Amino acid sequence: MQLLTPAGERVASPEYDPWVGDVDDAQLRDLYRDMVVVRRIDTEATALQRQGELALWPPLLGQEAAQVASARALRSDDFVFTSYRENAVAYCRGAAPVELVSVWRAVTATGWNPYSINMATPQVVIGAQTLHATGYALGIQADGADAVAVAYFGDGATSEGDVSEALVFAAAYSAPVVFFCQNNHWAISEPVTLQTRGSLAARGSGFGIPSMRVDGNDVLAVTAATRIALDRARSGGGPTFIEAVTYRMGPHTTADDPTRYRPPAELDEWRKRDPIVRLEAYLTSRNELPDDFRAEVQAVADSTAAELRAGCIALPDPDPLSIFDHVYADPHPALEQRREWYAHYLDGFEAAP
Amino acid sequence: MSTLTLSKAIGAGLRRAMETDPKVVLLGEDIGKLGGVYRITDGLQADFGERRVLDTPLAESAIIGAAVGLAYRGYRPVCEIQFDGFIYPAFDQIVSQVSRMHYRTKGAVRMPITIRVPWGGGIGAAEHHSDSPEAYFTHTAGLRVVACSNPQNAYTMIREAIASDDPVLYFEPKRRYHLKGEVDLEAPLSGQSAGRSQVLVAGTDVTVVAYGALVQTALDAAAAAEREGISIEVIDLLSLSPIDYAPIAQSVRRTGRLVVAHEAALTGGVGAEVCASITERCFEYLEAAPVRVTGHDIPYPPAKAEGHHIPDLDRLLDGIDCALGRPNSRSGMGAGS
Ligand SMILES: Cc1ncc(C[n+]2csc(CCOP(=O)(O)OP(=O)(O)O)c2C)c(N)n1
Ligand SMILES: [Mg+2]
Repeated sequence: MQLLTPAGERVASPEYDPWVGDVDDAQLRDLYRDMVVVRRIDTEATALQRQGELALWPPLLGQEAAQVASARALRSDDFVFTSYRENAVAYCRGAAPVELVSVWRAVTATGWNPYSINMATPQVVIGAQTLHATGYALGIQADGADAVAVAYFGDGATSEGDVSEALVFAAAYSAPVVFFCQNNHWAISEPVTLQTRGSLAARGSGFGIPSMRVDGNDVLAVTAATRIALDRARSGGGPTFIEAVTYRMGPHTTADDPTRYRPPAELDEWRKRDPIVRLEAYLTSRNELPDDFRAEVQAVADSTAAELRAGCIALPDPDPLSIFDHVYADPHPALEQRREWYAHYLDGFEAAP
Repeated sequence: MSTLTLSKAIGAGLRRAMETDPKVVLLGEDIGKLGGVYRITDGLQADFGERRVLDTPLAESAIIGAAVGLAYRGYRPVCEIQFDGFIYPAFDQIVSQVSRMHYRTKGAVRMPITIRVPWGGGIGAAEHHSDSPEAYFTHTAGLRVVACSNPQNAYTMIREAIASDDPVLYFEPKRRYHLKGEVDLEAPLSGQSAGRSQVLVAGTDVTVVAYGALVQTALDAAAAAEREGISIEVIDLLSLSPIDYAPIAQSVRRTGRLVVAHEAALTGGVGAEVCASITERCFEYLEAAPVRVTGHDIPYPPAKAEGHHIPDLDRLLDGIDCALGRPNSRSGMGAGS
């Protein structure tokens, strides 16, 4: 499904247009702003890693439309379970810039309290979060609420057993969960063709789950697909599987060297389908992207990046004894003793001449 | 003799095994074209082809489960689990299938599977990239578990692991991948996956047992202690299951004091097993209670704090002081410390 061509032309679709009928130029400008800002965050975080301020960073470059448009379609009481790459989703959910990088500075295991923005701590174990979203959805269902759980995961993740088991559960209970798969064509060095010979959307269908394949670099198409899925889930129609076809324009992480495995022509091809360029072209063609607005967006992007940088550099190292915190919810005498011993051990260094 | 890093030594061992046995096949995520995220398998797919070096879909249970099938069919699979913390999706296949197949089939079906695990912390990595899961596997009968510590034993032991007709978990200390050393590429194999611990430094006052990355720390401790006139015997376990207790027991009968070090958590760890077994064997020779110097019983912490979790030289020296009854951090504290 595509509503905006790579050149930024609007394609009419009797089936999907009604789902985005209310998305006017002002809303598109908001999406544009988000996309520019998250790209700036992404670039700044990459720079911070290069400068030794972050241990690692997984860029989302190229996936802005898929993440921003889907996240902006959600309600605040929906709950999101993502992988490590969904930093634009986290931004849209309300994570502060510094909260996006604190885990990558290796000073904390979570950037935020999941309940504060209704978004789980991003998952590193590939695919595991799809089960969590499914279970959360079962809870919503049991509560009789109309919120939705959303699982974000990659093309590579679809091969993990956990993801198949999540699809089985979601289908079995008609759970209000949306499986949002970003097919960015690569799982580190492995092309998506290794994970599936057909389309990833067919995975969903195979489990009896209504599935859609959308142009993930098209904000309108992603908005429509996500709204359809959310509507189905809210009205008791059960899960939906969305394959958002996009592209990882950067390395897997800052530790990766994609020149070892990726044909350069492929990247060039996808540069032409850049999601931000596309929306820019569309809005410009309608004279809806005036210079003063662009300047305002640039200013927001720059100040967000500055806030991110300052916040990141100011993040203190964890207190040594904090490593013993929160292992258990209830008191644990043996661990308390260990903490006491370790505090005593550290004191020995202070006391030493 | 060649000078190799530990990582290159493993690669050389894999290459040698593939050259000598056409039944050796490699499976893992990103091990082909990329050569693995640590480049251990660099060049092997180019030289041996895509049928012998398989880039697998992202499915650890399938990597091990498929290795079971390949073994059934007479192959000798070598699986790479990309990081220690991603072995758990394959846990069921390893524990319920790989470990028991030979027993279940009364010896008819062999599982000559090697499972390579880049392992342990100290590299500033993200969550799930620094785990020490070895004790889950030493607790499982039917598996052999080994840990290399330098280029020579890395090279020899990967060849032995692959040649073994039993399944072998082969743990690779990531933070020592760049450790360089002389490797005799013609060093003889022992005929079975390493079942022997090795005395690296002879000493008379305390026996320090370590494995993996901490062997280097133990050697440093021996050097530091020597400057204070204390003589440490350092033993590298090499094999965590089975453990070769003879050299350790011999040593402890002389020193009367035992310190065991590992990164993994304290409770139920390999150190607990070594301390119990040596106490059983050497009770009347012990001058002090055995000491374990280990990671805490906590999930692996954020990397900026990992230096407070995994034992370093100071923690090990403190443990040695404890074994010697010298002033140490545990003085005056309960057994809980
Ligand atoms: C269970 C598990 N196995 C392996 C890894 C190592 N790993 C990290 S990211 C990755 C590739 C993931 O690809 P995909 O699902 O397409 O997501 P993307 O990185 O493209 O966003 C792998 C294999 C992991 N994190 N978890
Ligand atoms: Mg991917």
